[in-house]
Amino acid sequence: MRRILSLSLSLLLVFSGLILAGCSTSQPKAEEKAPESQPSTTTPTTPPPASDEAVKGSITVYTALEDEQVTEYLAVFNAQYPDIKVNVVRDSTGIITARLLAEKDNPQADLVWGTAASSMMVLDDQNMLEPYAPKGIERILPQFKSDKAVPTWVGIDAWETAFIVNTEELAKLGLTVSDIQDYDDLLNPALAGHIVMSNPASSGTGFLTVSGVLQMNGKTSEAGWDYLTALHQNVDQYVHSGSKPAKMAAAGECVIGISFGYAGISQKAKGAPVETIFPASGSGWDMEANALMKKSQINPAALTFLDWAISDEAMDLYKVNYPIIATGGNGTYEGYEIADPLKQLIDNDFVWAANNRDDILNKWAEKYDSKSAAQ
Amino acid sequence: MRQRLARLSFAQLITLLALLVIFTVILILPLFALFSKAFLNSSGEFAGLANYVKYFSTPSLSSSILNTIDISLWSTVISVTLGFLYAYALTRTNIRCKPFFKYMALIPIFIPTIVHALGLVYVFGRQGIITRMGFEVALYGRVGIILSEIIFTFPQAFLMFLVALEFTDGRLYEAADSMGASGLTKFFKITLPEIKYTVVNVFFVCFTLAFTDFGAPKVIGGSFNVLATDIYKQIAGQFNMNMGAVVGTLLLLPAVLSFIVGRVVNSKNAGTVSAKSTKLVVGKSLKRDTFFFVFCSLITLFLLFLIACLFMGALSSYYPYDMSFTLRNFLFDNSSGGIKSYFNSLQMSILTAVFGTIFAFVYAYMMEKTSGFNTLRRYGKLLSVLPLALPGMVIGISFIFFFNSPSNPLNFIYGTVTILVVSNILHYFSVPFFTATGALKKLDSEYESVSESMNIPRWKTFLRVSVPLSLPAILEIFMYYFVNSMVTVSAVVFLYSAQFRIASISITHMEEAGNFAQAAAMSLLILLVNVCVRALYEFIVKMIKKRNNDDKTRQVKEST
Repeated sequence: MRRILSLSLSLLLVFSGLILAGCSTSQPKAEEKAPESQPSTTTPTTPPPASDEAVKGSITVYTALEDEQVTEYLAVFNAQYPDIKVNVVRDSTGIITARLLAEKDNPQADLVWGTAASSMMVLDDQNMLEPYAPKGIERILPQFKSDKAVPTWVGIDAWETAFIVNTEELAKLGLTVSDIQDYDDLLNPALAGHIVMSNPASSGTGFLTVSGVLQMNGKTSEAGWDYLTALHQNVDQYVHSGSKPAKMAAAGECVIGISFGYAGISQKAKGAPVETIFPASGSGWDMEANALMKKSQINPAALTFLDWAISDEAMDLYKVNYPIIATGGNGTYEGYEIADPLKQLIDNDFVWAANNRDDILNKWAEKYDSKSAAQ
Repeated sequence: MRQRLARLSFAQLITLLALLVIFTVILILPLFALFSKAFLNSSGEFAGLANYVKYFSTPSLSSSILNTIDISLWSTVISVTLGFLYAYALTRTNIRCKPFFKYMALIPIFIPTIVHALGLVYVFGRQGIITRMGFEVALYGRVGIILSEIIFTFPQAFLMFLVALEFTDGRLYEAADSMGASGLTKFFKITLPEIKYTVVNVFFVCFTLAFTDFGAPKVIGGSFNVLATDIYKQIAGQFNMNMGAVVGTLLLLPAVLSFIVGRVVNSKNAGTVSAKSTKLVVGKSLKRDTFFFVFCSLITLFLLFLIACLFMGALSSYYPYDMSFTLRNFLFDNSSGGIKSYFNSLQMSILTAVFGTIFAFVYAYMMEKTSGFNTLRRYGKLLSVLPLALPGMVIGISFIFFFNSPSNPLNFIYGTVTILVVSNILHYFSVPFFTATGALKKLDSEYESVSESMNIPRWKTFLRVSVPLSLPAILEIFMYYFVNSMVTVSAVVFLYSAQFRIASISITHMEEAGNFAQAAAMSLLILLVNVCVRALYEFIVKMIKKRNNDDKTRQVKEST
């Protein structure tokens, strides 16, 4: 008797966990698995899906777009496709990419939306992306999509190196915005300890800036590294996020943040005393891109979403925040007064950057990361 | 006798095994899934120690070890000192406002660690209030991390010392007094020896917490590299899981060390409080009380100041450039999870608290109140201290590798609230386990012997005697799980799903998006619920104590 009771107690314990799992899973799980249980009539690479399944059900989307953008864009998507429920996991580029990689054996996401092309290349290397040419792919400029015959990823917009300058703090140093127009202006001794930049080892923005500087100085020549070394003298800290330098400049925690355009312009819109400067000699850049995840069952609604995500309607939304879009049309809005934004972008050799990424990061870390510890 | 023991042991063995199997499945197997990668190269082939060789030959990486030890040591030494003095003030002096001081000291554990750093920026940052008064601190980097970790670990140190100092034998001090011992002699000959094991334990707890914390170094660490930010750089920056696993194994070192030291220390740790002990009567000393009152006030003032700064940040339009009053920051953007994430957090925390408490208490009971199976129990005890040393990020990533594998029969919990609950139960297991063990140690093992001889099943004794008598400890565990689940970030950031976002993650996103004010506002909401839960706990414990006293007086009345 006693034994039976003890046994049942232990069984109770084992199963309490499972019961908990069962109860709380039932709902979201049903939603998640639903698309997979549908018979997939479309093979992954044959667009366009016109079947009923393509316009209803639910899809899981991983994205690194900003929170507020996701909400805004999805509202428009759902106005057109009210029966597709989009479940979004949003986080920084690094976390999203790490999650996708860790989930490699059993992908949870149906598609990736608005995440750095450099991350897409990593995923592509691991053979995790399903080639898919969304409707209207021919409108996308060639440098904005993967070079495969059927592209594995498709860019939507670009973001680029920009200096976010806190004008109130800059005035305290006796300088004005006109003194900060290009890379060399950041070497002004008056700025020592007032510049914050993102760490290329933990931030995509940091990497595209470093990669851009190196490419503008002839890729392998030492001139690029000489500049970074000189800049290092003025840098107060390297932070682990691409937009953080802009936010720190906006909050007055530094005078100049080396970040990207949108980060600065959106801070200004919130009331921060900042100006966003695009360096005169050009900006390093990366693009936000979409891709279909390789899964045993491709959800037709995911293809619908990918088609929509490069449609004119979507592009019009993107260009409100990012003036450079993959179809070449330009957005115009306050804070971004450049005649031809495409010209602001340097001729970026993504393949070179991807191939040399490890070497660049190791060299960078060796030169500046260990040294900066002993400040 | 021998026969009965054997029969009993069988049932217990099953329970024990079941618990150990659960723990192994949620701790050891996922860790194995992750750490095995430390010995593989990027294409998945066995690489031996090559990754370690690479790690130690890269100065920018290996310098992080020294940095981490450096900040952990400083913050631990300071926290242990402050925590001890603060607890001493509340137990061994006659200062006023003791309850007030006690609750103020707990403030930091009610908010996410990232918020401590945020508060410090409001105080000591370039635009901080103190900085603007002309007092500059080089906040970003080493100093900031140490300050943050002190704020983070101080309450833990204080609470552990408080428990240790509360129980003492007054007779020792009376004897010392009658022999004419000075205050200093009493302190070094009685007080310190009595709590020396606690000092060792507190030291390791604080050290491990500071060693593995990620929130503060990320927000405020600047370019000062520590192991926790290295993991982040490797995993989320360079997508190098193998190197991430290498760093992860290094982070386990303090735990392994503390387990070894803990075994040595605890084997000698015998209780000093017997039934004949008398309560310590604190003597009068104006000088001492003044000193400690000022000390406690300073600490409390600092913590209050930090919270006040958060309020200021949350209630102003655009600190520091537009200081006009607004409540707008409490209207959270839906995009970052909004107010719904707050309710999700509540739900997750309640589930964690309920199931975590059951698991931790039963587990501790099996470790403490059974005999035999020494090897199994030793294994069980090792398991119970490991979670303390695991940085959340390691738990998160290892859970992905293990639970998301399609061949795992437990795969169905992935992407649900269940996996969040399981990861929280695991992540915060050690302290509840210590609490439960402590409470169970105080229960006389006669209860078990008596019920044995009366043929009452063990589970009945457990439910009717052990549980009711340990109710305050059980409530404490419940509260601990709840509060920590409300503030946790590092593990769940990898596990939360599209449908279920939680408040602490929202705070991280708000901080990352530069919405410091909204982040401050959400932190205040979390602080609010945690304070309420704490207050409820105090109230219930008070009621229990009162009822127990009433029972006693009634019994006394009835017997007369």
